[in-house]
Amino acid sequence: MKPTDISAPDYFHKVVDCQWACPAHTPVPEYIRLIAEGRYSDAYMINWKSNVFPGILGRTCDRPCEPACRRGRVEETPVAICRLKRVAADFKDDITQRLPRPAAKNGKRIALVGGGPASLAVARDLAPLGYHCTVFDGDPKAGGMMRSQIPKFRLPDSVIDEETGYILGLGVEFKGGQRIDSLKQLLAENYDAIFVGSGAPRGRELDIPGRKEAAANIHIGIEWLANVSFGHVDKIGKRVIVLGGGNTAMDCCRTARRLGGENVKVIVRSGFEEMKASPWEKEDALHEDIPILNFMVPVAFKHVAGKLIGVTFQKVKAEYDDKGRRNLVPSGEPDETVPCDDVLVAVGQENAFPWIEADCGIEFDKWHMPKVDPKTFVSTNPKVFFGGDAAFGPKNIIWAVAHGHDAALSIHKMVSGEDITERPLPEVHVSSQKMGIHEWSYDNDISADKRFKVPHRDKVIALKDIRAEVELGYDVKLALGEAQRCLNCDVQTVFAAPLCIECDACVDICPMDCISFTENGEEDDLRQRLKAPSPHHDQALYVSGDLKTGRVMVKDEDVCLHCGLCAERCPTGAWDMQKYLIDMVHAGSTCQSKARSAA
Amino acid sequence: MTYIAKPKFHHPGLKKNELGYTHRDYEGKISTLCAGCGHDSITASIIEACYELSIEPHRVAKISGIGCSSKTPDYFLGNSHGFNSVHGRMPSVLTGANLANRDLIYLGVSGDGDSASIGFGQFAHSIRRGVNMTYIVENNGVYGLTKGQFSATADRGSKSKKGVTNTDNAIDLVAIALQLGATFVARSFSGDKTQLVPLIAAAIRHKGASFIDVISPCIAFNNHAGSTKSFDYVREHNDAVNRLDVLVGREPISVDYAPGTVQVVEQHDGSRLALRKLDADYDPHDRLGAQTFLARHAAKGQIVTGLLYVDPDAEDLHTHLDTVETPLNTLDEKALCPGSAVLDKINASLR
Repeated sequence: MKPTDISAPDYFHKVVDCQWACPAHTPVPEYIRLIAEGRYSDAYMINWKSNVFPGILGRTCDRPCEPACRRGRVEETPVAICRLKRVAADFKDDITQRLPRPAAKNGKRIALVGGGPASLAVARDLAPLGYHCTVFDGDPKAGGMMRSQIPKFRLPDSVIDEETGYILGLGVEFKGGQRIDSLKQLLAENYDAIFVGSGAPRGRELDIPGRKEAAANIHIGIEWLANVSFGHVDKIGKRVIVLGGGNTAMDCCRTARRLGGENVKVIVRSGFEEMKASPWEKEDALHEDIPILNFMVPVAFKHVAGKLIGVTFQKVKAEYDDKGRRNLVPSGEPDETVPCDDVLVAVGQENAFPWIEADCGIEFDKWHMPKVDPKTFVSTNPKVFFGGDAAFGPKNIIWAVAHGHDAALSIHKMVSGEDITERPLPEVHVSSQKMGIHEWSYDNDISADKRFKVPHRDKVIALKDIRAEVELGYDVKLALGEAQRCLNCDVQTVFAAPLCIECDACVDICPMDCISFTENGEEDDLRQRLKAPSPHHDQALYVSGDLKTGRVMVKDEDVCLHCGLCAERCPTGAWDMQKYLIDMVHAGSTCQSKARSAA
Repeated sequence: MTYIAKPKFHHPGLKKNELGYTHRDYEGKISTLCAGCGHDSITASIIEACYELSIEPHRVAKISGIGCSSKTPDYFLGNSHGFNSVHGRMPSVLTGANLANRDLIYLGVSGDGDSASIGFGQFAHSIRRGVNMTYIVENNGVYGLTKGQFSATADRGSKSKKGVTNTDNAIDLVAIALQLGATFVARSFSGDKTQLVPLIAAAIRHKGASFIDVISPCIAFNNHAGSTKSFDYVREHNDAVNRLDVLVGREPISVDYAPGTVQVVEQHDGSRLALRKLDADYDPHDRLGAQTFLARHAAKGQIVTGLLYVDPDAEDLHTHLDTVETPLNTLDEKALCPGSAVLDKINASLR
C-alpha cells in the first residue's frame, strides 16, 4: 500500500466515527470533553453551530453517531452521545450573548416554505449574513414536525420555543398561520431564492376493507399526533391498536396510553427486530406496558353499524430468497381478529406538493418527488432549493439540519453570483496534545464504566400527564461518568516514520493490538498479516513510508482507544497524539475563499 | 514512565489459547522502564511464548535479581509466582525453589550486571548443575539504573554515550554457558520477536539448563553510534544461524516456513523443534563446533543469533541427585522424617 495521506481532510475525519456518521458532522468528542470539564455553554455552542438544535436533538435525534461509536466495537454499548448533548443544553448558562447579532440587511430576500428544522437551519445560516429571511408555516408557531408530531412528554414546548427563538431572534421574519398554497404566487413575489422545507406532511393511508365504514375510529398517526399536540384531541378509546413499526407508531402508542388507552398494542407486519423504530423507542414503549405483536398483516377493519370493533390480521412469516431479500408469506395459521375501540395508522409518511404548479420550472421524478441535486439541493428551477423531508422523503431532524446548511451555502453562493457546484473544502486543524513527558491535554485514562442509564420519571406519574417529560436527563455526576466513556477519537495517533527506530515499544504497549511492523503489501494481504484480526474493511489502515529495516508501520484504526500509550512509550516521539478538528463549511464562514489544503 | 494503567479492553477478535486465555491474560503491571526499552519487548515475547504454550500462570515461578532487567517480572505473568531476590542471587534462589518444588516452570530473569558481574559465580554454578530452568539475560551492555557505565558484557572498543572507549574485555555469557554444559543455549535480539518468541517457548519446554542471551538495547544510555548493542548495530551485524518453530501438539508456533532445510528435533517432553537452517555449516548439536563458530564470528564483530546448541536428551539436577518424583514441598512429615530407626540404619551402613 502507499503511505497514508493524513493531510487529506477525510482521512482523520473517518477515524472520528461519530462525527463522520453525523449528517451535520458535529464534533462529538470535542463537546463531550467540554461537558466533562463542566463547560456546558461551550459544549452547547459547538453543537449549536453544527446541528442548530442541541436541546431538541439531545432528546429526539435518531443518533446515527451511536451505532458508529468506536466504543460499541470494544464493549457492548456506545457512548450516550445524544443524551450528553442534552446535558449541554440542560446545564448551560444564558448563551444569548454568544449568538450572532441580527445583521445589517444586505437587501436580499429569501422565502422559506415550512417552519421546521430544514428551513430554520437555512435561516440560521443566512440571517447573520444580512439576508432578509421570511419563514412561512401553516402552524402558528415555528418548529414544524418537531412541534406537531413529537409528543410533549419527549420534547417539551419550552425547548422548542427556546431553540426556534434563538433563530427567529436573528432577525428572521416568521409568518405563522400562512400556508403557502401556490409556488407560482411565491415566485411572483420576486424573492432572491426560495427554500422549500415543507417536510413530508401526509400520513400514508391503509386502504383495506372497512376503512371508510369505520372511519370515525381510524386515525392517521401524524395527523392525530398533531391534533393532540395542538389540543384538539384529548382522549381515545380504552382499547387501541397502533399499526406500523416506525418511530411515529411508538409516539402514537405512548400518547394513546396517556389519553385513556388502557389496552394499547402495536401490531407490525415485519418481525420485531426489523422494525424501523429505534431500539430505545421500542424499549420505552415496552416499558409503558405496550406489547408489540409482529408478523401480522392487517387485512380488514371489523365494524358493526359504523362502529369499529376490531382489526383482522393475516399471520405471516419471513422467508428469504437466494439474494437475501425478505418476503413475508402467509404462515398458514388462521387469521386473527384483535378487538379494539380505536386504530392509529402509522405506516409511513409521504410527500405532497399539490401547491407546486406544473409551470414553475420544478421537475418531478416518477415517484412524484422533485428532482433535487443531492449536493447543492437546488431543484430544476435555479432559484428554488429543497431540503429536509421535502427533498428526499422522510428522514430525521439531523438530516434536515445538514440539508439546511448545504442549501444555505448554495443560496449564498447563487445570490453572490458564484458557481454553486463548487463546494469549498472544510478547514482542518491538527495540533499536538503533548503537555509534557507523558502528559496530554486530554484525559487518556480509559474509563471502564458501562453506559449510564438516563433517569426516567416514575411510570405512574408519567402516564398521568401527557406533558410530563419522561426522561429526566443525566445529572452532572452521571453526565461526567458518561462523558468519561468517550474514547477521544478525534485525538489522532500521528506517526512520523523518519523518527522511528523500530524498537517495538508501541506494538508491545498497545492494548488493542492495533499496530504492526511488517513487510508492505496490498491491502487485502496486509490485513491478513496484522497482529490482530482486521475484519472491518471500512476502517482504514494507516500505513507509513518505508522504515530502516524495509518494513512499514501498519495501524488498523478499527478499535484504537486513543489512549496515547503508543506515544507515551515511544522513545523518539515518532508517535504523537494530535487533535483533529474539522470545520464544516457553512454559508459565510470560509466559503467565499478558495479551497485550502488541510492540516 | 507511564502513569495510567493499561486499559483492560482488548481487541474483540483476539485468539484464545487452549486454556481460553488471550495473550493479554499473561500480562503484568504496566512497565516503569524507559520508553522504548528493549526489555519491554522481551517481556512481550515471554508473554507471547507462555500464551502460545497455553501455560497455566500458576505453574510458573519467575525469579529475578536486581537491575532494570530484574524489574521486568513485574510486567508479565501477573498471576504467577514471583521472587525479586538479592543482586546476582537469582540462580541460588531459583535452584532452591526448584529443589523444593520440581513441578513448577522456572523463569530466571537477569541482566548483564546481575549475571556477568555480581552474580557471575551464581550464574556459572546454576548452569553447570543443570537446574531445570529458563535463564534469560536481558543484555544491554550498560548499567542503566546508574546511568550507563559499561557492564562486563560491553565489547572492548565500544563507546559509551559520553564517548569513552571501553578497554576491558567482554564476557560472552553464551560462550561461558556452552563451556559450562548448558543443554539449551540461544542468543537473540529484543528487536526480533519472530526469532525470540519460539526460542523462549523451546527453552521453557526444554528439560535442563536453558540459557538465552537477549541483546536488548538501552535506549537511554546505549543506543548511539559507537555502541555495539544499539538497534542499528545489532541489526547490521546480526548473523542468525537458524530460525526456529516450536511444535507442540497440533499447531506450529509460527508457520513462517520459507524454503530451506528444515530439521526437526524432538525434545524429551515430546515437543518438537523445527529448525530452519540459515547457515548450512552450522550444527546445533555440536557443542565444540558452536564454541569455535561463536569465537570466529565474534572476532569479525558479528553477533551470532539463533538456537546455538541443544541436547534434546538432557538431564537435570533432580536426575543427577536422584530425588523423588514428588516435589519435596508436598512430602508429609512422615516421609521427610522417617524416624530414628531409619537414621540408625543409614548410620550403620556408613560405618
